Amino acid sequence: MPLWLWIVVVLVALLVLSGILIYNRLVKLRARVNNGWSQIDVQLRRRYDLIPNLVKTVQGYATHERELFENVTEARSRAIDADAVPDQAQAENQITRGIRQLFAVAENYPDLKANENFLALQEELTGTESKIAFARQFYNDQVMLLNTLIGSFPSNVVAKTFRFEPREFFDIEEPVRAPSEVEFPR
Amino acid sequence: MYEQIAANRRRTILLIVGAIVLLGAVGYVLGLWYGNNGLLGLVGAVALAIVLSLGSFFGGDRLVLASTRAREVTPQEQPRLHNIVEGLSIAAGIPKPRVYVIPEQAPNAFATGRNPEHASIAVTEGLLATMNRVELEGVIGHELAHVVDRDILVGTVVATLVGAVILISEFFMRSWWWGGVRGRRGGDRGGGGIEAIIFAVGIVLLILAPIIAQIVRLAVSRQREFLADAQGALLTRYPPGLASALRKIGAASGIPMRSANNATAHLWLNQPSRIQGEGMGPLEKLFSTHPPIEERIRRLEEM
Repeated sequence: MPLWLWIVVVLVALLVLSGILIYNRLVKLRARVNNGWSQIDVQLRRRYDLIPNLVKTVQGYATHERELFENVTEARSRAIDADAVPDQAQAENQITRGIRQLFAVAENYPDLKANENFLALQEELTGTESKIAFARQFYNDQVMLLNTLIGSFPSNVVAKTFRFEPREFFDIEEPVRAPSEVEFPR
Repeated sequence: MYEQIAANRRRTILLIVGAIVLLGAVGYVLGLWYGNNGLLGLVGAVALAIVLSLGSFFGGDRLVLASTRAREVTPQEQPRLHNIVEGLSIAAGIPKPRVYVIPEQAPNAFATGRNPEHASIAVTEGLLATMNRVELEGVIGHELAHVVDRDILVGTVVATLVGAVILISEFFMRSWWWGGVRGRRGGDRGGGGIEAIIFAVGIVLLILAPIIAQIVRLAVSRQREFLADAQGALLTRYPPGLASALRKIGAASGIPMRSANNATAHLWLNQPSRIQGEGMGPLEKLFSTHPPIEERIRRLEEM
């Protein structure tokens, strides 16, 4: 075999090999993005489950905050029914704000603040809030890696051939991180 | 932040390579001295290190947890701790480790386990009592970074390499002392000048090797602490949390820990003390498992 043919064979082999490596990386990232999304979903569902409980507990003490309860409950059902990511994110933001307001309102009712059930719910909701934030952080990190790979050369050739689609970021509000006396006590 | 992580990784690799070279050199000199076969000694020394590593790799975590009297806690007992560990595991993309509490009043924590699937995180009662949520997140983030980075593996490998160097040096120092010198010197090989030089170099190497190995182990440990600080901050996205936690831990350094000892010192979030410590001189810096807490806080604040 002449030398030039050898060179061609080696080049083709290298090309195929790097194609396989890129393809495997794409598959891995796509699996991670899907896993990240299901993590967000698990935590959001957990929050949907906790809200009726919270409303019921607070209602027993704070009878004058009807508007606030309705607001949170309405946002919850809107979030559950949403099919598009931006709609859901908007409803989730409304839930986050509503829960913060509920905790703020609770400050005015000493009996409620002393209620053990309420304290446990508060820890659960605070924990779930931060888990949502962490799940979203993981999801968005992986989406960024996947989208960068799909968008840049030469991996975009592999991505196009095997129809890897860029994914959407999930934008919801960060919970308050600094320790705050009103919204999320420790 | 990312550059810090990369630089740390490079330095760790360099140090581990250094430890292996040192171990090989010790084995080589001994092989040359005893069997006139340096290569055999080299291979023997490295093989010993591998056997020792495997043993501690598979049983090490249970041993450490038992020696600190750590007790596994349920989410019902410690909802806040469990929520934080679970949240940060999600952020790191690893399974949730098992959670332990240690009956000690000094605020401290450690992680152990051979890989992210078999990991445990243990915190002291003192830590739970003194830290708020953000600070606890900082501490757990640091420990999870150790898990993600497989520092437990790195620590085990380094510790056993060092252990092997010490073991071999001690063994031969003793056998020389008790008769090896008499048996070999001026014997079948005629006692030429080269042999005398090998003998002298060997003696110096055997005396220095354990000390050098110890310094290497401690340097690795300190590098990994900086790395875990940086990566933990990457997980929580909030470096001031860990900085504030470290400040509190530094302030509480007067509280002694009963279950602390030299063998596990490198595992903890901060070096555990048995007595009230003063400022560190350059020599103490060389022999400590952790970087000074002020230096760690300063790097976190720069992020």
